[in-house]
Amino acid sequence: MILNCTGLHKHFGALRAVDDVTLTVAAGARHALIGPNGAGKSTLFKLITGLLRPDAGRVELAGRDVTRETEVRRCRLGMSQTLQHASLFPSMTAAENIALAVQRHTGGRIRPVPRRQPHVHDRAAQLLARVGLADRGRVQVAALSHGERKQLELALALACDPRLLLLDEPAAGMSTAERTHLAALITDLPASVTVLFVEHDLDLVFELADTVTALHLGKILTTGTPQHIRASDAVRRAYLGTADREELFR
Amino acid sequence: MGDWLDANLVGVVNGFAIGFLLFIVAVGLSLVFGMMDVLNLAHGALFLTGAYVGAAVVGGDASWGGFLGALGLAAGLGLAGGVLLSALTEPLRRRSHLDQALLTLGVTLVVAELLVIAYGDDPLSVGAPPGLDGSVPVLGAAYPVYRLALIGVGALLAVAVFVLVERTDMGALIRATVADRDMVAAIGVDNRLVRVRVFAAGSMLAATAGVLGGPIYGARPGLDATILILALVVVVVGGLGSVRGALVGALLIGQVDSLGRSLLPDAAPFVLFGSLALVLVLRPQGLFGGRGVARA
Amino acid sequence: MDGQPAGDAEERSAATDAERRSMAREAEPRPRGQETAQRPVGPEAEGRPVGREAQPRSVARTARHGPLLPAGLAAAVVAGLAAAPLFLAPFATTTLTRILVFALLAVSLDLLVGVSGLPSLGHAAYFGAGAYAAGWISIHTTSAVPLPLLAGAATGALAAAATGWVAVRAHGVYFLMLTLALGELLHQLAQTWDSVTGGANGMAAIPSAELGGEPLRLAGYVYWYVLAAALLGFLTLWLVARSPYGAALRGIRDNEPRMRALGYPTRIYKYAAFVLAGAVAGAAGGLLAAQERLVTPADLGFTTAALALLAVVIGGAGSLWGAALGAALVILVRDVIGPDLDGHGTLLLGVVFIAVVYLLPRGAAGLVRRRGR
Repeated sequence: MILNCTGLHKHFGALRAVDDVTLTVAAGARHALIGPNGAGKSTLFKLITGLLRPDAGRVELAGRDVTRETEVRRCRLGMSQTLQHASLFPSMTAAENIALAVQRHTGGRIRPVPRRQPHVHDRAAQLLARVGLADRGRVQVAALSHGERKQLELALALACDPRLLLLDEPAAGMSTAERTHLAALITDLPASVTVLFVEHDLDLVFELADTVTALHLGKILTTGTPQHIRASDAVRRAYLGTADREELFR
Repeated sequence: MGDWLDANLVGVVNGFAIGFLLFIVAVGLSLVFGMMDVLNLAHGALFLTGAYVGAAVVGGDASWGGFLGALGLAAGLGLAGGVLLSALTEPLRRRSHLDQALLTLGVTLVVAELLVIAYGDDPLSVGAPPGLDGSVPVLGAAYPVYRLALIGVGALLAVAVFVLVERTDMGALIRATVADRDMVAAIGVDNRLVRVRVFAAGSMLAATAGVLGGPIYGARPGLDATILILALVVVVVGGLGSVRGALVGALLIGQVDSLGRSLLPDAAPFVLFGSLALVLVLRPQGLFGGRGVARA
Repeated sequence: MDGQPAGDAEERSAATDAERRSMAREAEPRPRGQETAQRPVGPEAEGRPVGREAQPRSVARTARHGPLLPAGLAAAVVAGLAAAPLFLAPFATTTLTRILVFALLAVSLDLLVGVSGLPSLGHAAYFGAGAYAAGWISIHTTSAVPLPLLAGAATGALAAAATGWVAVRAHGVYFLMLTLALGELLHQLAQTWDSVTGGANGMAAIPSAELGGEPLRLAGYVYWYVLAAALLGFLTLWLVARSPYGAALRGIRDNEPRMRALGYPTRIYKYAAFVLAGAVAGAAGGLLAAQERLVTPADLGFTTAALALLAVVIGGAGSLWGAALGAALVILVRDVIGPDLDGHGTLLLGVVFIAVVYLLPRGAAGLVRRRGR
């Protein structure tokens, strides 16, 4: 188990955003979190990444209790994330953005003197190419398209050499071509990288995921294979009341 | 305890006088920040303007007419200054805090220098009005009557502001804007007029505080910075945008400042800084604030 | 500047990864863009536009934030500064000395404001603390170069270390408030701590700096001493700003939460920048003590802090050299034009302040940058 969440609670006043969630993610899994808006997916993500502290429960990363660890420490332990709205360094170019992540994780110590960092360069270029931005390295973030920013953000997350990669709606706002590229990218990730992602596009979810967890009103409805989720009445009701299963999953 | 109080009663009463004065200054700073997200560094300059108005109009031998006239004039200047500052900062609403701070900092430099040009570098004193210029014995020590009167006036103003903000419709809008600016904007309430009013009223209070504080602080270059810092500490300790916080913070800082000076004269700045640091570490959002100053 | 815990499993694998890559690279022709790492370091190399077009810029370079002046110009400026006392009258030399001292203060502030996104309104406190320390050492112990300077830098760093831990906890406008309060509290301390600082009258009769047992009495010698020390200070800040650590500071300025998510312990980074800037400001204070031979509470007051910030803003925050130019402008207005206005140069500076906010939101460096594109 790469990730083990036990009995997580997070309440905002009367709102139980995450209500007794126990979730395990197997090493190497492609694990999707689905659920209608307000299901608590984003809050759960923040509890996992350390941006929020749970009111109760614990988070274990590869068997290690990280409930009280900061997001800085969790990143050092191999957890890496992209945010729903691309969160980048706007005064810098795409390459500079990635180099910032790379130098933390493969550049050795961060020193206060200028130094040769050819490996940072190479790795940054390699990551840019991997997300399909090979020729966009010198472009300012502000000049990138929305989809390109999402790709850049993914490169930033990959630069951390994650064991567990958390993607919050990675395909939101992407064009069809960008989406195809993203799907291929995630499929091609080595098994040493576990992926946990939130996504609204169920086609993409069923294409990529080997395990799917459905959340509703802060609670887990069910976890299982994509086939299991397709067949689940509970999931269907959560999404569409009592709508036709065919309509939902096309 | 009784002995300690006997020995320090003057310091404690002084602390209340300074505390109420600080409340009058700080409540405007706090509400302007809470409502408009503008850190008005010219707030100290408004106080200084009031102080010089007091020195020029009242001077050393005060009359009631002169004192009240100075209060009126300072109030008028404060109102005008507040409207002007509100107009100056309005175009910077979408810019960074630094830009607003720089602008008001520039205003401070200009105002302070104009006052030096007009009145010179030397400290000027302001007398208390007749009847309030003597001393009364307080447990054996002679205590200036004016400071006792200041406590009374400060308490009255505190009640007035409290009622205005906590009990009226306009106060409700002020509190709503402090709590969630975006929400108030989103539901389509036009609070522009309220913003200008709060800015003007807060500035008026700061300028009148300059006159009221005259018999204690006088008027001198650099007083603006001293008062601004005390007010900022009050606002940070009390919590931003909260009238109650400004009152409690001001009374607290008044005591800390006054007792710090009388008990540990050399270390007074450390005592002030220490209490600020303590509050920030234990309660980053201030005693009554919603939003945090520091993030854990 | 090391936030990485030693002995991390990831780190070990990362290191071997990097080694493998670097070995592989030796066999290959050097990829474009490597001149980055081999560029000479020093002010002469500032903004050399080598290979800018040909390669993705590395974080270590971010030439955009560095000056665009050609190396030759930087060398010429240094040579011109060095030769200046030979041609200038003593008064002009003294003014130039003041400019250098203030420029060092402004550039150290720019490391906070422009590079790290920490707009400090109390930076003059560390400048003044350094000045008092240097003066005190000169009076009571020795004024032999560079001891007062080092004492100033150490005291500036200590004062920044003691107060900065509270400041860097705060964000945005709260940071402004706290640094303002901290600066003013140190200012009050200088005024009340009579036995050490001389109170409101200041610390007077500081002996001249001595070099090899000889006091530096002529304005020209003092100037060269200040120039040498200030250039060292500029160089230090410039190197830091261009280092991987400097890149991390810019990252924090741009997006601190993202930096934390990337594994940077940002508060420690900001704290280190705060202390470093305090040390350099303290060194500038040490130069002030050597030059004016008088330190007053005004040197660490609100107005000094505001003028330093004005210098940074006029020059365009983040460029370092812009802050130095801004400092020159501020001192010229205050000390050269000011006397013509009956000593009310501050009034003019206040107006400049207001104008800059409206007219020049990105400072002089912003203008150059726009043309440079």
